[in-house]
Amino acid sequence: MTRLLPGLAALAFALTLWQAIVWLTGVPHFILPGPARVGAALLNNAALLVHQAGFTLANLGMGLAAGITLGIASALNLAMSPAARVLLRPLMVFAQAVPVFALAPIVTLWLGYGAPSKIVMVALVTYFPVTSAFFDGLMRLPPTLDDLTRQMQAKPLRRLMLVQLPHALPALGSGLRLAAVQAPFAVIIAEWVGASKGLGHLMLISNGRGQTDLMFAALILLASLSLMLFLAADRLARHWDRRV
Amino acid sequence: MTAPALQIAGDLRLGGQTLCPALNLTCPAAQWTVLLGPSGVGKSTLARMIADVPCPAHLTGGITASDGKPLDGRVILMAQTDQLLPWASVLDNVTLGARLRGQNPDRARALDLLNRVGLDGYATRRPATLSGGQRQRVALARTLMEDRPIVVMDEPFSALDAATRATMQDATATLLRGRTVILITHDPLEAARLAHHAHLMRTDGLHPLPLPATAPPRALSDPATLSAQADLYVRLMQVPA
Repeated sequence: MTRLLPGLAALAFALTLWQAIVWLTGVPHFILPGPARVGAALLNNAALLVHQAGFTLANLGMGLAAGITLGIASALNLAMSPAARVLLRPLMVFAQAVPVFALAPIVTLWLGYGAPSKIVMVALVTYFPVTSAFFDGLMRLPPTLDDLTRQMQAKPLRRLMLVQLPHALPALGSGLRLAAVQAPFAVIIAEWVGASKGLGHLMLISNGRGQTDLMFAALILLASLSLMLFLAADRLARHWDRRV
Repeated sequence: MTAPALQIAGDLRLGGQTLCPALNLTCPAAQWTVLLGPSGVGKSTLARMIADVPCPAHLTGGITASDGKPLDGRVILMAQTDQLLPWASVLDNVTLGARLRGQNPDRARALDLLNRVGLDGYATRRPATLSGGQRQRVALARTLMEDRPIVVMDEPFSALDAATRATMQDATATLLRGRTVILITHDPLEAARLAHHAHLMRTDGLHPLPLPATAPPRALSDPATLSAQADLYVRLMQVPA
């Protein structure tokens, strides 16, 4: 409750400021609608918004699940196998240097306007931060623990699961935080490049039709979803931070 | 388990520099050999070499056991830091070795060892809830759990307060009986209490140190212990010629 109160106050302040700007400048509502108008658009189009958000959220979830699962598996594999490190690490560095968002048109060209292109974009964008953060955590075992596992003649897989992995959970948490921030971008960009459904698609068409209030309503919904996703990732990451 | 004696010979070198020349050290079987000396002379380095933990230095001679068998897997190092896994319970920390080797951990023995180091009822606690002395006791139980004939201790009690340190010294002397122990320390009192044999390690080599004739662990209140401590202090402060 004590944490919620300042947030609500900040929100009220922002809404007041927004309304004040609209009143004082007299800007037309198709350029900048006031918060009341956007609130009305949110309520009047609730069914449409929920339907579109469902599509976006489903793709976001599936893409995140795929990206995170593959990222964790890759990091574990890289940590276990020196051969994999030699082969794949330069590729990883190269892949990180490529702006993944720029791949959206190609991914859409290959996979079409439906859900698969969105899922793949989200997976691509989340895969790299998760892999690289988790892999770094796995490899950065403190020397004292490294000495200990050596002294105990640990089997490599046991060492990985019993010592390296628990030690790397906070690093994985940082990767998940990054992934949670990037994933909504990825799904929206994929929808902008080509889609027939989703919040990003709705924003494009309402913009085209001059329904700026609906566009803002979609934007607010999207921002809320992104925020909740980040808070969930952050909560998990904090839980892991406390354990180590 | 019969503990062998250890023979350590050669120059301890780091890069092109000699840390300690002409080591010729015998650590008798089932006794405590204490190496006392100033910082930077290579005491910890030597401890790591005996325990076969990677370190940048090397020994021109070698380290051999009196029974002629390789040392591999017969030495355990107890370090200055307790090296406890913060996410694992006390019991899981004590049984870590077996779990890392894929063996079935002997929980009954682990609980018995925890009991013997004075941590009865602490098995499910997390290391973060323990004091420094308790944590070092867990590390001692973990070391004993490995059941190796040769134990190398690198200033294991240096971070503890005086009273806790004295208690730990007594407990360790009792629990490690029958093993060949090499203790690295810069505390003259620790050497005077625990050593069967003590050596001063300096940049000009190893020097044997005099000790009371009584068997360790020597009582803190024994005047002979305290006079040995004073004598070791004086020798520790002498600068090599």
